[in-house]
Amino acid sequence: MTTDTSFATRSREEDWLPVLELAVEEVFEIMVGCRVKPVPPAEHRPKGEFTAMVGLAGSLCGIVTVCCDALTAHKIAKSMLGETADTDEQVADALGEICNMITGNFKNKLAGTDNSCMLSVPSVISGGEYNFYSLADGTFMETVMLFEGAPVAVRLQLNG
Amino acid sequence: MDKIRALIVDDSSVMRKIVERSLRQAGIEIEKVVEASNGAEALAALRDNVVDLVLCDINMPVMDGLEFVRQVSTVESAKGVPIVMITTEGSESHVVQALQAGARGYIRKPFTPDHVKEHVLPLLGKKP
Repeated sequence: MTTDTSFATRSREEDWLPVLELAVEEVFEIMVGCRVKPVPPAEHRPKGEFTAMVGLAGSLCGIVTVCCDALTAHKIAKSMLGETADTDEQVADALGEICNMITGNFKNKLAGTDNSCMLSVPSVISGGEYNFYSLADGTFMETVMLFEGAPVAVRLQLNG
Repeated sequence: MDKIRALIVDDSSVMRKIVERSLRQAGIEIEKVVEASNGAEALAALRDNVVDLVLCDINMPVMDGLEFVRQVSTVESAKGVPIVMITTEGSESHVVQALQAGARGYIRKPFTPDHVKEHVLPLLGKKP
């Protein structure tokens, strides 16, 4: 018996998760100055105190979220700015841009989608007392990376 | 060219600071930085300030970067000022649209100071 791993029989999740992971790794290395690698999501769940979101519309329709605890969000902002991020607004701004760049970088790596897929401006939720429901009911994939030992979850949810 | 005056347009204040830092890291000496958070603010800033270089995002509220580039020619003092787009929108169609609208360069986020050197220095008459 052989296992068929051709493109046609592989799921989007199998094909696109490495692309998403690479997009995250590049953004962290270039813009945050830190190498991150995927870890098993089940063993590393971030406290969702900051969640950044960027919507996708067009040939890809759905949402990308970046989720981490408040201390980690502050550290990411500080690394990007090279100085202390004084306010939650600055931290949210930084995390929103990280999400924006991950989404754009991911989209640009998928052949055939970049010309017809638009990104929204980022939105960021701070505070952990909320539930997140996306109406995107199709492909779901998630990668968790450790940033200075703390988990950062990046999720892609697509319609259809 | 000695020190330059730059207009940085991005709806993210964090990204505006990163762009300014990248200019300095690329070896560009800066006399003054003017900031704007969307295309409409940027047009107003150009009416009040003479600049040597504009670095502009595309996806912004109120007026996006492409519309801003199209309208720059309405500001007399800004004619001929090089505009470089710095954006997550990396598609060929966006690059073509930006260049057709009047942008002189295009940098994709995420970017390094080396990308800034490569795309901005020639527009300022310097070798990268």
